[in-house]
Amino acid sequence: MIKVKINGQEQSWDGDPDLALLWYLRDEAGLTGTKFGCGQAFCGACTVIVDKQAVRSCITSVSDVVGREVTTIEGLHPTGDHAVQKAWRQVNVPQCGFCQAGQIMQAAALLNENPKPSHDQIREAMAGNICRCGCYQRIENAVHLASTGV
Amino acid sequence: MNIITKPDKFRGFERHIQDTNIKVENVSRRSILKGLGIAGGFVLAAPVMSRPAFAYETGAGKMPHGTVVDPRVFVAIASDGIVTIVAHRAEMGTGVRTSLPLIVAEEMEADWSRVRVQQAHGDEVKFGNQDTDGSRSTRHYLIPMRQIGASARSMLEAAAAKRWGVPVTEVKAANHEVVHAASGRRIGFGDLAADAAKESVPSIEGLKLKDPKDFRYLGKGEVSIVDLRDITVGTARYGADVRLPGMKYAVIARPPVTGGKLVSFDAAEAMKVSGVEKVMEVKGWPWPSKFQPLGGVAVIARNTGAAIKGRDALKVVWDDGANGKYESVAYRAELEEASRKPGLVVRKDGDADAALKSADKVIVGEYYLPHLAHVSMEPPVAVADVKGDKVEVWAPVQSPGGTREDLGKTLGIPEDNVTVNVTLLGGGFGRKSKCDYVLEAALLSKELGAPVKVQWTREDDVRHDFLHTVSVERIEAGLDKSGKVIAWRHRSVAPTIASTFEPNAVHEAPFELGMGLIDMPFEITNISCENPEAAAHTRIGWFRSVSNIPRAFAVQSMVGELATATNRDQKEMLLELIGSPRIVNLASVKDPWNYGEPYDSYPIDTGRLRKVVELVAEKGGWGRTVPKGHGLGIAVHRSFVSYIATIVEVSVGEKGKLTVHQVDTAIDCGTYVNPERIQSQIEGAAIMGLSLAKYGEITFKDGKVQQGNFDDFPVVRMDEAPLVTNVHIMPPGPDTPPSGAGEPGVPPFAPALINAIFAATGKRIRALPIGKQLEI
Repeated sequence: MIKVKINGQEQSWDGDPDLALLWYLRDEAGLTGTKFGCGQAFCGACTVIVDKQAVRSCITSVSDVVGREVTTIEGLHPTGDHAVQKAWRQVNVPQCGFCQAGQIMQAAALLNENPKPSHDQIREAMAGNICRCGCYQRIENAVHLASTGV
Repeated sequence: MNIITKPDKFRGFERHIQDTNIKVENVSRRSILKGLGIAGGFVLAAPVMSRPAFAYETGAGKMPHGTVVDPRVFVAIASDGIVTIVAHRAEMGTGVRTSLPLIVAEEMEADWSRVRVQQAHGDEVKFGNQDTDGSRSTRHYLIPMRQIGASARSMLEAAAAKRWGVPVTEVKAANHEVVHAASGRRIGFGDLAADAAKESVPSIEGLKLKDPKDFRYLGKGEVSIVDLRDITVGTARYGADVRLPGMKYAVIARPPVTGGKLVSFDAAEAMKVSGVEKVMEVKGWPWPSKFQPLGGVAVIARNTGAAIKGRDALKVVWDDGANGKYESVAYRAELEEASRKPGLVVRKDGDADAALKSADKVIVGEYYLPHLAHVSMEPPVAVADVKGDKVEVWAPVQSPGGTREDLGKTLGIPEDNVTVNVTLLGGGFGRKSKCDYVLEAALLSKELGAPVKVQWTREDDVRHDFLHTVSVERIEAGLDKSGKVIAWRHRSVAPTIASTFEPNAVHEAPFELGMGLIDMPFEITNISCENPEAAAHTRIGWFRSVSNIPRAFAVQSMVGELATATNRDQKEMLLELIGSPRIVNLASVKDPWNYGEPYDSYPIDTGRLRKVVELVAEKGGWGRTVPKGHGLGIAVHRSFVSYIATIVEVSVGEKGKLTVHQVDTAIDCGTYVNPERIQSQIEGAAIMGLSLAKYGEITFKDGKVQQGNFDDFPVVRMDEAPLVTNVHIMPPGPDTPPSGAGEPGVPPFAPALINAIFAATGKRIRALPIGKQLEI
């Protein structure tokens, strides 16, 4: 039995401690906002924040996050109004939307670390998150908007 | 009651129903009115567009189950005024779940903030054709949705007029209420709902549609997609997000070679994995297997992670079958060989053979485009629950009606016993038109007697896709002494999508030939289009914009080559080849297909083609001075009856590093609904075009796909995306029919890029992907 803290709530898990955090979140804890895209940390769809760091939950095991704070898209902001989320809506970023939770979590972690990233820094920091619909121009603009308010 | 308060029941989307804020106490009142909605629905087998108010017809009536124009099917008004509009097409990122209901809301004068959208389940008899592909939704449904909205409006007006005892001509619906101007009286839609429902549905012919100058929403692009907030907070529901009590999680090991079969398996190690509950065979269908499952071995577990781990531990013996020798290097050589010999003639204007012989100069280009995988961010996934002779599924499917039909056939039950709930699609691009993954889930659920979710991993997706075809496009252009092109011979060799349905299909189908081969718009006296044979050795399917990708790449690259050969500007060369503004005569083509649209409404109009070239040249600054090492390239292509031109500015740095500095695209898609979503589609098409040009290649060895994930099948990431993408939308004429926007952005991108690379470096790339070709 191991204990993990997800979005501020203690949970216990008595299954395989090596289970990927992604599958624990989605299938066991019912937090389906975090998405499965590749299973090998190539695409970033499964990005969550662990102690302020963006982490790929598909290659992180449940036991890796014991004693740490895990934040998923559901827990990013109590009313869903984090600056990044608001900017995403203002810029009308999504097409299919499937990768966007991961993109938003990555962007939130970036702005936490670097509140005023340049366009080049945004492009570099977000390069681990694939969007097959190709919303990159809007993602870049939304991160910029969230960081500057304009 | 004609306007029902809840259009049937939409299981699987309880959350959206809750979103409508209909109070529980309304349920009984609503239920009085329930059940009357379907009986009077009328299905129109013929197109409904023959009304004199519209200057055009579409091919909507020829689609399976045609079009249904009935407000009782699509619109519900609750007593609190909330208007629910049904979205019957699938949402995969194009914005259709917003755009079609928005059309209804516009015509019925509903206030969009009081409209809720409800996703239809698969039922084409009830809703009309639901197959969301071919960039058809707006072009086939603009008029029917307007008619549905206008019907609802006129029923509301009739009810208000009766209540007030005034002639219906004196009342008018506006902004969610009906107003009697003479007396200043007004009633909200909610208060009128029950009375309006008693009115008969007006005939289509008598409907009065709004004057477009009074539009509040259409053509403006000021309405965000309905799922925007849900997407940003993680509550938008995709296929894999469906969870049922007692649901089992499954992944499947499938035959690594298409058409291969299971010989034996050893599940001992898999069963030792924590969380694995069962290992079982899944039925497969013989090649060509249509949309049926490939078969294999399923690992059933308490969560997906355990199922994947269990599958890794399986030992399986396969019989590879007839396709075990498929090998991409040898196959390319076969296609090239075939392209150098005459093939089935599919268009013949004049005498291209003779003209090529007499030409002063012949320019030859042989262009290669390999297989491509769709890799939508959401890999295929489905949840199925079989109970006795009934099945209910939840899945991201582009074709809910087709899925329902196939489920019925596969399980041997009537379609009435099949319920297909359509979730959001995490990208589709044509892959999710094929429902094999849903059938797998249903077969497993039937065997297990429990709900099952089948999750495809990314490797499954890449290795068992219905791939974009692989093709060689060989073009020979003959010039006379003055440099004028007098002959054009285009041979297209590619395994056909038809091979997924019929054994030994070796020629491309009319719908493939019609994508940039036989519909080539240049004004050249002698044209020959040929289709030599090509056999398929894997599942071939539709990929966003389909055969237009290799065709536009070849034709528009050849334009660049001709410009070089005759020392002319690319754009001038392009306009000269397009020639005079005219309607292209395809008299020599047996089946011009034309995207299923009547040629009268949707002809190949070179005037429109020229105008998008001129628009993009003007807005994109064609001919501008660019820094040293940079180059500009241009391409234009008509597809899905839309006209699109793209200019790319590129530079090639050390070790062949490509930087795309600017992309400008002009699109003429006729009358449009939501320009903001057209813009997003075109922005995305540039990324997809860049991905396939730079990296896109699936190869086979010993019959097996050699790639598996984003490491060996890369797609463009943000740090290599174009620095700026500008979209220029052509304002439509008053009666220009709507045409496609989802797919047509893709084809012109790669040739514009390749022409730009030539301008920057002098290197002509004829085989995609670019890969390492610029490193030297």
